[in-house]
Amino acid sequence: MNVSLHHPQAKTLTVAVTGLNANDNPGPGLAVIRALREGFGENLRIIGLAYETLEPAIYLKDMVNKTYRIPYPTAGIEALSERIRQIQVEEHIDVLIPNFDAELYNFIKLEQDLLKQGIHTFLPSHKQLAQRDKVSLKAFCDAFNFDVPEDEAIFSETDIHDLGDRFGYPLMIKGKFYEAYTVQNLSDAHKAFHKLHAKWGLPVIVQKFIKGTEINIAALGDGKGNTLSVIPMRKLYITDKGKAWAGITIENDKLIDLARSFAKATHWKGGFELEVIMDGGKFFIIEVNPRFPAWVYLTAAAGQNQPKALVDLALGNTVEEFKSYQTGKMFVRYAMDNIVDVGDFQKLSAFGEL
Amino acid sequence: MKLKANIATSENGFIFNPATGDSFISNPIAAEILALMKTGEDEQGIKRKILDQYEVEGHQLDRDWDDYMFQLKEANLLDL
Repeated sequence: MNVSLHHPQAKTLTVAVTGLNANDNPGPGLAVIRALREGFGENLRIIGLAYETLEPAIYLKDMVNKTYRIPYPTAGIEALSERIRQIQVEEHIDVLIPNFDAELYNFIKLEQDLLKQGIHTFLPSHKQLAQRDKVSLKAFCDAFNFDVPEDEAIFSETDIHDLGDRFGYPLMIKGKFYEAYTVQNLSDAHKAFHKLHAKWGLPVIVQKFIKGTEINIAALGDGKGNTLSVIPMRKLYITDKGKAWAGITIENDKLIDLARSFAKATHWKGGFELEVIMDGGKFFIIEVNPRFPAWVYLTAAAGQNQPKALVDLALGNTVEEFKSYQTGKMFVRYAMDNIVDVGDFQKLSAFGEL
Repeated sequence: MKLKANIATSENGFIFNPATGDSFISNPIAAEILALMKTGEDEQGIKRKILDQYEVEGHQLDRDWDDYMFQLKEANLLDL
């Protein structure tokens, strides 16, 4: 059971959310918003923070009350800080939930500055962020006895040849922040390296391929070593980008223990996702995402509304550990053509808000 | 041979393993056997009921039984 002190119902709770790119490589923003709307009901105002004008959730008026464009992470902390200050004058944001890996560094840096403006967050530290980074994952998992596939961070394509011999094919070639390709030979490995290098920079990570069942775990850590919520999900339909298009909650104590052990080892604060391959009785962690996953609405549907719990934690409300959830709860994602007036698009493009 | 305690089955033959997320569809006779297994009926008892209800030779039932148990084992549904 989740017992929490709700924000006073008379006052509207304003939550700002990034990750509105509900496309075939979706950001978690829309799923987070759906969970918050379900959890908080009427007195909730959602402010979308978007990087691009065609992020689909911007135009879902029943989900997002107002959207502002914010500068890309590469523009730096000052630019982001200045933009948030402008938005805060208008919107009086209570809680901000960043949903992209690449923006987290800046938001963590701004944590105290945001709080002074009345904007609460519930974020991991820079140290925690670095520990689970793809480049450091193997060393981290080895240190805490988590099973993890062998990997190597490379800065030159010439390293692929040796790693192909060492790990064997197929190989996983992964971008620094996002995207991964399964390649069957050296030629495809080179192509993947160049694509990921161009898009996300160096290093590129080469990881041994582990065959097995793909399981993802969405969880919420309280920052003190405790896990307040854990929902394991088996991917049922996987897109060509490796994303779950359908999935089902499963009941497996070992997976729940794995998430708990991770939060205990890191004292993780906030939402996180473990991507796991189940091979026989072993669970290999192939990635740790420092935020909620795009399928996080399933946690609310299964009885553990993680985004709502995170908002409560950010506001300093007591959140007790969830004890149960519904197994066999499925999500099946769909694509829909939302019809939008060009005026809305122009407004966002010209004035940076809609 | 016992089904794992957490395996969910339905009358129409749908089987769901909540530990792995695997799901299966079984034909009516297989669903009937599963339902009997879930009640705790042992192998001999189930076979007796099948022989009483259906026109099947004992040796044929034994072969089909072994085959079915092998499938359930492969699907990770049996408590071994």
